[in-house]
Amino acid sequence: MELDIIKDQEMEMLLEDVSAIYGYDFSQYSKASLKRRLNRICLVDRFASFAELRYRVISDKTYLQRFVEEITVNVTEMFRDPLFYKKLRNDILPKLGTYPFIRIWVAGCSTGEEAYSIAILLKEINLYHKALIYATDINPTVIEKASKGIFPLSVMKQYSENYIHAGGTKDFSSYYTAMYDVVKFQEELNSRILFSTHNLVSDSSFNEFQLILCRNVLIYFDKELQNKVFNLFDSSLQTLGYLALGDKETIRFSSLEKRFKQCKGHKIYQKMS
Amino acid sequence: MNSETKVLLIGGSAGSISVLFQMLPEINTDIHFPIIIILHRKSYPKSSLSQLFETMTSLNVIEVEDKTEIAEGNIYLVPADYHLLFENENTISLDASEKVNYSRPSIDVTFESAARTFNNSVTAILLSGASQDGVEGLKNIKQHGGKVAIQDPNSAEVDYMPRHALEQLPDIIQLQPPQMAQFINNLK
Repeated sequence: MELDIIKDQEMEMLLEDVSAIYGYDFSQYSKASLKRRLNRICLVDRFASFAELRYRVISDKTYLQRFVEEITVNVTEMFRDPLFYKKLRNDILPKLGTYPFIRIWVAGCSTGEEAYSIAILLKEINLYHKALIYATDINPTVIEKASKGIFPLSVMKQYSENYIHAGGTKDFSSYYTAMYDVVKFQEELNSRILFSTHNLVSDSSFNEFQLILCRNVLIYFDKELQNKVFNLFDSSLQTLGYLALGDKETIRFSSLEKRFKQCKGHKIYQKMS
Repeated sequence: MNSETKVLLIGGSAGSISVLFQMLPEINTDIHFPIIIILHRKSYPKSSLSQLFETMTSLNVIEVEDKTEIAEGNIYLVPADYHLLFENENTISLDASEKVNYSRPSIDVTFESAARTFNNSVTAILLSGASQDGVEGLKNIKQHGGKVAIQDPNSAEVDYMPRHALEQLPDIIQLQPPQMAQFINNLK
């Protein structure tokens, strides 16, 4: 089996095209991951060669959204890493509850599962009425999906187990209505979520938050871009606010390391100054 | 035609942990390459597999984080629920994209990434398991001129995975668990 339909040099060329024509800059994404995604898109969308893919991307504006959706990773879960959500429920969110108003940013929210998970937590500890969740992603297609609150029925069993491991005590199915093979989450749950596009590579800070979640997004960036995004988060966090990363991501080696204090056993960092 | 090993990959699924328990204590501390272990395991509850491995070898055992720099003489364990890719010969990236062969981590994903990055300087061993994962990866590594081996299917607790590899690669090196450490120690 030929490993690569797309060679390194061709990948660079394509990324330059996408940046020049459409303004999406993927040049600092992790090359290893990007290359897998590009080869995958060739298989899924049946491009036999790099030239075919490139022609389609350059000439078909409507194809670009699909291209962006496919080369960025949109795998997510509700209450992924249950112990992380348990920590939010029992410790972090109650602390934020002492503020008159809670602003949370879910950066790279994909199809919205984390934003809904946070909404459920806030609701259960009676803080949702004074919270606002900003859920952003580079890709308008997933934002559109996220705002609908419709998810496959087939994954609810897993989400329900995650929810229980995260300390949930209710019947998880009380949060949604099943319709054939999908479920729709209660309207109330996204009443305080603002879904919008935001590109971590090129867009700037747009508010000040007490909690920023960006979990399993930075793994797709190279170190330099990771640092740039850490600085963006720093400038978007108020003092004593929290930054939550994925289980295998770290602020070590970044300029934030000295001013942020890690919550023991978790990838949650509090901004001290 | 095999060149120097710059990275050793060990992939395993059901029945492979006991093989590692047997092999790890016998691996020399002066090996000149990193060892990457890719095991299928559950993401919840969190396991303490890396601590367990630590007790049986004097090599460092590290459960990798994103962008970990790898160094010779260390053992790196791929975390549950992530694929491991090589960014270059010194740096890994984690990836939380779709499961491959119903698995994350997928052995194929790491094997293929290693073949891309290290070309013919890869050695890979596939252990016991009930999955097809790893077999395509072995083929890729072999195509790139790397060295491939399997646990002798007759010695495997679950022989499906190594047997499948043997069918695809009939001349592959077959190792008994007690021979594995020596095989590793003798790698150039």
